[in-house]
Amino acid sequence: MFGLNSKDTRLLLIVAALCLFAPFLLNPFPEGSELAQFNAGYPDLMQRFVIFGIFAIGFNILFGLTGYLSFGHAAFLGVGSYSAVWMFKLLGYNVLPGIVLSVIVAGLFSLLIGFISLRRSGIYFSILTLAFAQMSFAMAYSVLTPITNGETGLQVYTDDPQFLMGANSPNVPHLFGLQMNATYKMELGAWLFQFNAGYYLCAIIMLVMFYLAVRIFRSPFGIMLRAVKTNQNRMNFTGLNSRPYTLAAFVISGMYAGLAGGLMASMDPLAGAERMQWTASGEVVLMTILGGAGTLIGPVLGAGFIKYFENIFSKINDSVLHGWFAFLPDGLEDFVVAILHPFVGKGWHLTLGILFMLVVIFLPGGLIEGGQRVARLFRRKKQTPDGKDPEHHPKPAPHVAE
Amino acid sequence: MSETTVSRRGMLKTGVAAGAGVALPTIFTASSAAAYTNEPTGSTVTLGFNVPQTGPYADEGADELRAYELAVEHLNGGGDGGMMGTFSSKALQGNGILGKKVEFVTGDTQTKSDAARASAKSMIEKDGAVMITGGSSSGVAIAVQGLCQEAGVIFMAGLTHSNDTTGKDKKANGFRHFFNGYMSGAALAPVLKSLYGDDRKAYHLTADYTWGWTQQESIAAATEALGWETVNNVLTPLAATDFSSYIAPVLNSGADVLVLNHYGGNMVNSLTNAVQFGLREKEVNGKNFEIVVPLFSRLMARGAGENIKNIVGSTNWHWSLQDEGSKAFVKSFGTKYGFPPSQAAHTVYCQTLLYADACERAGTFNPCGVAEALEGFEFDGLGNGPTLYRAEDHQCFKDVLVVKGKENPTSEFDLLEVVEVTPAAQVTYEPDHPMFAGGNLGECNPGA
Amino acid sequence: MDAILLQILNGLDKGSAYALIALGLTLIFGTLGVVNFAHGALFMIGAFCAVTLNKILTLSREIVDETRTDFLGNPLKVKVPYVEGWFGPELGAAIIDWSVPLAILFAIPVMIAIGYVMERGLIKHFYKRPHADQILVTFGLAIVLQEVIKYFYGANPIPTGAPDAFRGSFDFGVLLGFDPNVIIYPYWRLVYFVFAAIVIGAVFAFLQFTTFGMVVRAGMADRETVGLLGINIDRRFTIMFGIAAAVAGLAGVMYTPINSPNYHMGMDFLVLSFVVVVVGGMGSLPGAVAAGFLLGVLESFASYSPIKNFFETYLFLPSIDQIIIYLVAIIILLTRPRGLMGRKGVMED
Repeated sequence: MFGLNSKDTRLLLIVAALCLFAPFLLNPFPEGSELAQFNAGYPDLMQRFVIFGIFAIGFNILFGLTGYLSFGHAAFLGVGSYSAVWMFKLLGYNVLPGIVLSVIVAGLFSLLIGFISLRRSGIYFSILTLAFAQMSFAMAYSVLTPITNGETGLQVYTDDPQFLMGANSPNVPHLFGLQMNATYKMELGAWLFQFNAGYYLCAIIMLVMFYLAVRIFRSPFGIMLRAVKTNQNRMNFTGLNSRPYTLAAFVISGMYAGLAGGLMASMDPLAGAERMQWTASGEVVLMTILGGAGTLIGPVLGAGFIKYFENIFSKINDSVLHGWFAFLPDGLEDFVVAILHPFVGKGWHLTLGILFMLVVIFLPGGLIEGGQRVARLFRRKKQTPDGKDPEHHPKPAPHVAE
Repeated sequence: MSETTVSRRGMLKTGVAAGAGVALPTIFTASSAAAYTNEPTGSTVTLGFNVPQTGPYADEGADELRAYELAVEHLNGGGDGGMMGTFSSKALQGNGILGKKVEFVTGDTQTKSDAARASAKSMIEKDGAVMITGGSSSGVAIAVQGLCQEAGVIFMAGLTHSNDTTGKDKKANGFRHFFNGYMSGAALAPVLKSLYGDDRKAYHLTADYTWGWTQQESIAAATEALGWETVNNVLTPLAATDFSSYIAPVLNSGADVLVLNHYGGNMVNSLTNAVQFGLREKEVNGKNFEIVVPLFSRLMARGAGENIKNIVGSTNWHWSLQDEGSKAFVKSFGTKYGFPPSQAAHTVYCQTLLYADACERAGTFNPCGVAEALEGFEFDGLGNGPTLYRAEDHQCFKDVLVVKGKENPTSEFDLLEVVEVTPAAQVTYEPDHPMFAGGNLGECNPGA
Repeated sequence: MDAILLQILNGLDKGSAYALIALGLTLIFGTLGVVNFAHGALFMIGAFCAVTLNKILTLSREIVDETRTDFLGNPLKVKVPYVEGWFGPELGAAIIDWSVPLAILFAIPVMIAIGYVMERGLIKHFYKRPHADQILVTFGLAIVLQEVIKYFYGANPIPTGAPDAFRGSFDFGVLLGFDPNVIIYPYWRLVYFVFAAIVIGAVFAFLQFTTFGMVVRAGMADRETVGLLGINIDRRFTIMFGIAAAVAGLAGVMYTPINSPNYHMGMDFLVLSFVVVVVGGMGSLPGAVAAGFLLGVLESFASYSPIKNFFETYLFLPSIDQIIIYLVAIIILLTRPRGLMGRKGVMED
């Protein structure tokens, strides 16, 4: 289907189904129950899952295929957001021009940075991208405040021109009248499910982007990129110039990042400079490695994993803990709460750090490997041969420090 | 969150019914039945406390959370009631707000506008919070204030000192109790004149972002009105940790006062460096060299250690104040946690009480009703003397404290002493003052 | 002229910190081939060694002073450090006063132990893994170390002063024949610079003039051959990891009087140190040190307001101090493919 082999089609359909039913899947616990704290099925977080999924998929096209580790991808996300918000300010709240412009601007910006940075490889390349991104962040936070609104973040004011804004146009981001924050709430017994227009827009775009990524992975272009990763020298010796290929991959992944930035601004019309900081660039690196670099679905899982911790674990405070363990005797309750206290709420970073270490120690291929191990366990029972999929077994990169 | 259009809802409904299959139309309840966003329908009402729990301001965030928990306890009738007893409005009964028990959710702003908005959104969308409050920087406060305006909930700002929060970025759903850069300047200027004279040359180091600029502008304007001269204003990067190369040239510039428009870690480091370079032992133009830190707090003073001694600055509130409200608050906070509250704790406690009181007086949680009750509200007994919540810009006008680092602190909390309490009249400005111009409150937005 | 000298002094000082951290990073990278994102955290832990020693020395018993009251109106509890009780008030106070230099003795064994445990317990298993995995695991470790410190010490900076004798500043300019009050320089910064120079010198001497160092250098150049010669190179590399951790830790200890330490100071330095290492050239120790000082001095110059104004007026680059390090890094990497002194083939894939 769609020019994909059956395996990839299955993967695409699974991802599509997950996206479609996410509001159910992410809200497994009834409203009002103590475990409702773990529900992630509210619009903002679901949007973040898919938007950062797009970001990570794009990053993986560069890193997973060519092995070039960019430490400055957040800059493209940032310029994408800024362009989208500027479109809202100048034209009006329809998200389409904003998203289109964010992809274009991020593409141009990444062309410029990629052209310069790709003159070097390995860690020299990483540091060049880092330097560009940090410069962008520093300027956006201070000098460029007239364009970026600095510390506060760029937002739309009521006295902005908004030329295309009709009298009846909604005063929030919308797609031809369909408001991004329109949410249909369905109460089903004790459960509350939220279906958000913005989420579904992002999810559809992510599916398209995922499909595109699959096509890129399977195309001759993708194979060429993989050749760059395996041995760039040998490739150059055969007379092929690898630079256009890596630059194309860099620009494509920059455009993915810009798209993610544009969508972020469309869901929430404010673009903060922190989006461009090195920590944000580092985050997408972590997402990709955590999920499984070079695999198709891994980076999306990694993105979901990190965003889930950031948004859910940081909100668990002591009174929530006491609520959970209220059934225990008083002394024991306090003891359990005291044990858990450092790991939740303000300690969510600690839990995340520990999980990073555990995943990378025990699952060298990232989260995706965890999934595969479980799957293999089941498959072995059914006595079916283990179909080796090269994509889901990233080759260990050569030890290059010698 | 907006109301869904009928056709859209119909479409979604069909899609959902087709997709889910199991959903029976009869158990659908339309979400738009509420009159405003997150109207509390049960026996409880949820407030969202959005404070920095990670990052450089985590300690301030922690102190804010303590104060919020204390406020909730008092609102629900627990504890000794704190400032509820001294508050001039007696609408609060100690039975929650409008008879509903107060519950709260907490979140982490990470002192980043993005993360703060994500956290506030989850409180609104997931936990049904009807009011968001907190924060420890102006960028975050303005970002979250904008979000609350769009979502249709009330935002009670925490620690935010930029003129913009109630200036060019003011919003109808947002309210600020804390003072601002202009007030710091207006309160400091007369004290600086009496301490250091009216013939001084000031050298400004300013954090290179919006808050730094508005603060520098305010202080320079106020001191120049006294006759001081501003020799130079050097912008320093937010990420700077070592200020030696900014401070070293100060002595050669002919300036005899150094003004540090820094906050948090920046301020701790720049002050430490300035003292290291021996600026305070120098004499320039026949006068003692002086350092001024326009905004500081006790938590920052602790970070700066010895260096803060005798440095003059302004603050919103300090626990050593002797009015009934402050005493009651310090007593209940100190009894519960074992140390005195910070100014961040004080301002958020007041904000929570003010919000609850406004709901009681308005008889509703509807943001428009609450906003109306808060606008032009005059009150007393919350620690800063008679105070006005001005209707035009949602800024509180109250006395401002000028403080200085204490020479002989008796404990690690006893770091500041109050030099002067500048009366509210002296720090009041017109709503259309140029430093606050360009903003527009807009209409109050009840959401749904 | 005087202003230039002043900024060079300030730059050497910043450069010392960069150079010390970059030196350790390069040592670990050069010997073990591991990209250590937790190196900034080691610097931070070093600083907190000083804080911890200070806390230990000021452990106090409480004496109730009936004549004064605390903020709640109860009698004030005055703290008297045990040290003052044992050694008498004067010697006790002096010991507390000198807690930062004393912390060097405390930090060396602690940091070597931390380095050793880190290498044997964690890093060892990552030699053969891709650099991406090394980044993830060391980044995770950095977060954990940072959060543990935050849990015990809070997020606020903790002031830890230099000994009284080294507080304040002196007129450096007068010594060189300038007018008084022109070049004022704090004592402790000079101490820091001298200290850094000694540590850097010691590391180089150790590698250059001892058999151990010779083997390590040989191992850095060609690990396999050295292994084939029957030398247990892994053991030596573990020791080098401990030394690198100690260097970072000492840089942290001595840094505390300059700026109050907080739990995220490591992350603040980490990125800059990576830039320094790469600008110096991967795998080159002299390169790392040279780049550290170079970037420190350039950063200082860029912060000097006449230079800032020059860039703003004539080159339309406002706030050059915000971006100078990155700008210089880009220029150097584009003109010299392997940084200042990088070796061919190291981390270029």
